[in-house]
Amino acid sequence: MLEHDVIIVGGGLSGLRAAVGLCERYNVGLLSKVHPIRSHSIAAQGGINASLANHPDAKDDSWEKHTFDTVKGSDYLADQNAVEIMCKQAPIIVYEMEHWGCPFSRFPDGSIAQRPFGGAGYPRTCYSADITGHVLLNTLYERAVSKGVKVYSEWYVIALVTDNGQCHGVIAFDLINGAIVPMKSKVTLFATGGYGRVYQYSTNALINTGSGIGIAYAAGVPTKDMEFVQFHPTGLIGTNILMTEACRGEGGYLINNKNERFMEKYAPKAMELAPRDIVSRSIQTEIDEGRGFEHPLGKYIKLDIRHLGAQKILEKLPGIRNICIDFLGIDPIYEPIPIMPCQHYSMGGIDTNEKAETEIKGFYAAGECACVSVHGANRLGGNSLLDTIVFGKLSSIAIDEFLKGNNVTPQENPIKNRLSAMEETVKRIVNNTGERPFSIHADLSKNMSANVGIFRKKDELETAIENILKIKDRYKNVRVSSSDPHMNYELLNAIELGYMIEVAHTIAIGAYLREESRGSHSRRDFPARDDANWLKHTIARPGADGSPEISFKDVIITRYQPMERKY
Amino acid sequence: MIKETAYTFKILRYDAKKPDEGARFQSYQIRVIPGLTILAVLIRIRDEIDGTLSFRSSCRSAVCGSCAMVINGKIDLACRTQVASFGTNTIILEPLPNFEIIKDLVVDMTPFWQMYEKVRPYLIRKTPDPEKEITQSEEERKRIDQFVNCILCASCYGACPVLARNPDYIGPAAMAKLERFVLDSRDERPGDILDEINNENGVWGCDTVFRCIDACPKDVRPTDSIVGLRKAILKKKLFGKYR
Repeated sequence: MLEHDVIIVGGGLSGLRAAVGLCERYNVGLLSKVHPIRSHSIAAQGGINASLANHPDAKDDSWEKHTFDTVKGSDYLADQNAVEIMCKQAPIIVYEMEHWGCPFSRFPDGSIAQRPFGGAGYPRTCYSADITGHVLLNTLYERAVSKGVKVYSEWYVIALVTDNGQCHGVIAFDLINGAIVPMKSKVTLFATGGYGRVYQYSTNALINTGSGIGIAYAAGVPTKDMEFVQFHPTGLIGTNILMTEACRGEGGYLINNKNERFMEKYAPKAMELAPRDIVSRSIQTEIDEGRGFEHPLGKYIKLDIRHLGAQKILEKLPGIRNICIDFLGIDPIYEPIPIMPCQHYSMGGIDTNEKAETEIKGFYAAGECACVSVHGANRLGGNSLLDTIVFGKLSSIAIDEFLKGNNVTPQENPIKNRLSAMEETVKRIVNNTGERPFSIHADLSKNMSANVGIFRKKDELETAIENILKIKDRYKNVRVSSSDPHMNYELLNAIELGYMIEVAHTIAIGAYLREESRGSHSRRDFPARDDANWLKHTIARPGADGSPEISFKDVIITRYQPMERKY
Repeated sequence: MIKETAYTFKILRYDAKKPDEGARFQSYQIRVIPGLTILAVLIRIRDEIDGTLSFRSSCRSAVCGSCAMVINGKIDLACRTQVASFGTNTIILEPLPNFEIIKDLVVDMTPFWQMYEKVRPYLIRKTPDPEKEITQSEEERKRIDQFVNCILCASCYGACPVLARNPDYIGPAAMAKLERFVLDSRDERPGDILDEINNENGVWGCDTVFRCIDACPKDVRPTDSIVGLRKAILKKKLFGKYR
């Protein structure tokens, strides 16, 4: 049986940072369902927050102010001890990435350039033009190459093996060889990313199915705060490709069909740079009330950056311009960009603490698949890249401590049992006679966008849950075209879809139960935040009837008492 | 109402696990709305027509580098290529040249990554790190800009005529990566890396016919890096120092 001290699942920023931290002392194996450089971290555009105080307007910035902005942005649902740790770590990891070669953009004095971002009191978002995720991921992959990290490229994990409160390893699917492979490890870290593809309209890559969250959940690891789904204000119409918040950070406007900068109605001080939940709701309201524009691909609002001028656009937002030209045939130097809010980020995820630990011994999670929680009910732009690297690093420290302090002996029997179960599952899918996965997936994602979207209501959420139960039934008969597992992406899709349905179920149930509006979770029937009853985390675990069983957990408050959130 | 147009997609099918079946083109008829990309159609073909079709994809926004292939004779990313951009209703898709096929449009990128690793593609420092950032002027940062933009999609590798006849040639992407570090004001790598590419499998192997520049979807000019590295080698020979 293949064996590693530590198995890391996911080759994005969190997974690579953890691998780099552990590979010199432990036998590490990193599994990634795509080559690590193709991971979705690559697509992050705008930047990474750290209170470096390099900007002339940010000389008195501090990690405490970054913490406050993050906690306020989270609508007070974030665990404040974890946010403090992240914001204190921020300058350390940004300098570390710079020392490892990350080509940040620079200020004239040679320091790392920083730009304003939504919900932040100071310009503290470090960036490299509009390809910050690309440069960070390349730097960490380069670092991993320099240290000889063992990578299993195009290996997809199909099950997590837990037994008796301990993690023993994973069952993997080696796509190229078409083999199902059991793997044993003392520690397993999931860094598997978010679940954007559970929604119809998402800025996320096609690989962002959230199946890692679903795999952990199915193995009995609880999830946290799944109802908090970030909708990014500015996704390109049609393809839903992200138009970075930096467009507004650099000075872009949002314009309705009355030619108004409508954000003055919703956030008179912060305007376009209010946090994402507020800007997305404002855009959706403008569209719903008839002040959007019509296009064959859907209704939209204009993101106008023309007044920034050609030079600034070419220098600061060249990728955005290329995307607009390639995908919509418009040049934002001369024309406004048609945008709509799209699912973008998963605040919720696998329930972890500030050391990336879960309640299962030897099982850790970091990055977007995890919920620490540092983002609470709404994540600030520039805090996700930060989260991935900080908690990738902290997970490696916690794993090291765990392995030093414990004599961990993973067992082969539970792995073998799980292996036969997964082989049975695959056999069943191959022999089934029902639908192929794509039509079930299409209905799942339409259901989520239509009924668990930006604005939510009891009856729609009930419909969403009923639909998910029907989809679960259909999934039992999912089939694929070929029984040959070699490079069989349809089989992979079919396996992942089962986990995506579980993820969707936890999101919908959480949204149904939470009778308040907080951050990204906006209930038309409960429009106010309700701290007396709902200042708490939603915990979901698989119940006996197959539906999520919900409990709650207190929010950790250190020094920032909840107050009204105004921008 | 958006009007659909009928297209024929001819896609090269081959399975390295079943070499006896050989390579063949398979045709798919599909109706497409304007504005759809090659990748979007490939996904529809796999979903709705033929679940056995294999191709790589991820970001669908021209940043992850998964889906480089030959589209009507020209190498490009499937995700950023519009179906309607060819003036014909027949689209022919083939895998990237200069690689072994694993299945259909999926190629074995192992040699590409081996060449990448050969150039030690990471920042090398001798000076201890400062407490804060290593300062770099805006001008110094600009110098590496085009090479930083490389997404490692291997379009250049597939387009390179030298690689077609000499698989030991290090290739355009690896040299662009090396030049990215040689030009980086923070990098302090020893000059021996230049000796390793001072041969026909390295900088002197290039035909300088610019196919790599033509194929790059991100406006990187690998030939610039090869010329730059040749200059560095000469400088090292003449002055004992390459930068």
